[in-house]
Amino acid sequence: MQTLTSPIVATEKTTDQPFLVIDQVSKVYPTKTGDYTVLDGIDLSVKEGEFVCVIGHSGCGKSTLLDMVSGFNTPTSGQVLLNGKAITTPGPDRMVVFQNYCLLPWKTVYENVHLAVSAVFPEKSKVEKDEIVRANLHMVGLDEAIDKKPGQISGGMKQRVSIARALSIRPEILILDEPFGALDAITKEELQEELLDIWEEHRITVMMITHDIDEALFLCDRLVMMSNGPSAKIGEILEIPFDRPRDRAVVMEDPRYIQLRNQALDFLYNRFAHHED
Amino acid sequence: MATASVRPASPIAEKMIETFQSLIPPVVCSSVTLLIWQLLCSSADSKMPGPIKVISQTVGTITGGFSETGIWMQLLNSLTRVGIGYVAASILGIAIGVTIGVNKFLREGFDPLIQILRTVPPLAWLPISTILFLQTSKPAENAGIFLIFITAIWPIIINTAVGVQQIPKDYTNVAKVLKLSGKDFLFSILIPSTVPYIFTGLRIGVGLAWLAIVAAEMLSTGAGGIGAYIWNEYTSMLDDSISKIVLAVFSVGLVGLVLDRIVGWLGSLVVAE
Repeated sequence: MQTLTSPIVATEKTTDQPFLVIDQVSKVYPTKTGDYTVLDGIDLSVKEGEFVCVIGHSGCGKSTLLDMVSGFNTPTSGQVLLNGKAITTPGPDRMVVFQNYCLLPWKTVYENVHLAVSAVFPEKSKVEKDEIVRANLHMVGLDEAIDKKPGQISGGMKQRVSIARALSIRPEILILDEPFGALDAITKEELQEELLDIWEEHRITVMMITHDIDEALFLCDRLVMMSNGPSAKIGEILEIPFDRPRDRAVVMEDPRYIQLRNQALDFLYNRFAHHED
Repeated sequence: MATASVRPASPIAEKMIETFQSLIPPVVCSSVTLLIWQLLCSSADSKMPGPIKVISQTVGTITGGFSETGIWMQLLNSLTRVGIGYVAASILGIAIGVTIGVNKFLREGFDPLIQILRTVPPLAWLPISTILFLQTSKPAENAGIFLIFITAIWPIIINTAVGVQQIPKDYTNVAKVLKLSGKDFLFSILIPSTVPYIFTGLRIGVGLAWLAIVAAEMLSTGAGGIGAYIWNEYTSMLDDSISKIVLAVFSVGLVGLVLDRIVGWLGSLVVAE
């Protein structure tokens, strides 16, 4: 894992001012047989620089919730505020790392990141843009692959490109929708560690959906556990107290780890067990 | 190598054997067809010449085909017309296709019109295009070009518009979150993603264009081209006319095939990742 040569100074964000506010958000879809409530009164505040994971069974509306932060979806009632401003449309200040990477297959790794950089920083010079693209690809260890097309690289590398693209435009909040869901176990652990290193350095606010309790416990400050849909709510929020920077081995040996893990398992598999239809 | 072959052969030799083997079925079947044709037309009072007679009667036509009224020059005439009309149809067709692909109002508004016009047989346009270009310096030629244009444009419009609508959500989501400018969206996402569809339309279009030109040239007087060549031979009906017609018809088929393959090949070049 390389580090950025010219890091953005990680300012210590000690403010307790809520940065992202999800305020009484509900999402209702009208259907022929009546209204279908996906989310019912979600309340959540995320502090600047916080790493929040959202976990829940499929169909609990966590993707819908994330879509309302990214702006791809809008709440039926309530609102989502970033820095006090209501979110209504997608924008580069809330950059998304998609589960299926969403790279353009006809562009090289470099061009994929460059497209984002030149779209968000049109005023920057050619040289500056080039530096940003290269620095961010260097950060995720892809110096060798910059001229490859997405079809020529592995899933893990594609997700690295996607992360580099997201970070290259300096978003206020990074949104990750099950980013490592499609990767094998080893690549997944590698990328988790890389993501954590990058986060340590930039202290960017992260909101991430996951299916994986261990992933969440290793990465996040708070774990938001959602009850089952329809009418999903936030069931419980776990504070993850492990010291940072985190080391996977140390975290997993911590007695609190088993305790938190059991608590999450109990929530997901006993109190809100998913009943397959 | 995982398996040891009994008779090791060099890759080149292997390739040659493969090519040779793939040639056997077409050669056998074509020969049988020619043989049947020869047998069917071998009687003295047969109006249709057999393949041997066709070849013996058209040697002069083939070698002298580059004179001004020769068969190859006429073929070239037709090709030029198709080229002009088809390129115009491609440029305009892609532009219109993209426009109605991105604009729901225009798409729904023009859909009925396009659906009707695309089913019009090419020759039905001939009177209109002849009248349209009556006052120009080369009315028959311009009418032919216009006919090609109006025939080829519909599949190009329709396929381009469909391609634009089929842009995967993954790519449009990227465009939305990055707030890509119209220009960036057009060149970085819309066109590359639509290219396979555009080439499907272009390939259908070139086939239709080639079908149309021969018929149009047969009907319009003073047009020249391979269609007129066939028609002239038909009306003069000399001893060797039918042989010349057979040669011309075969050439038309061959050129059509080549045009189709060229567009297909260009498409594979652009689409290949």
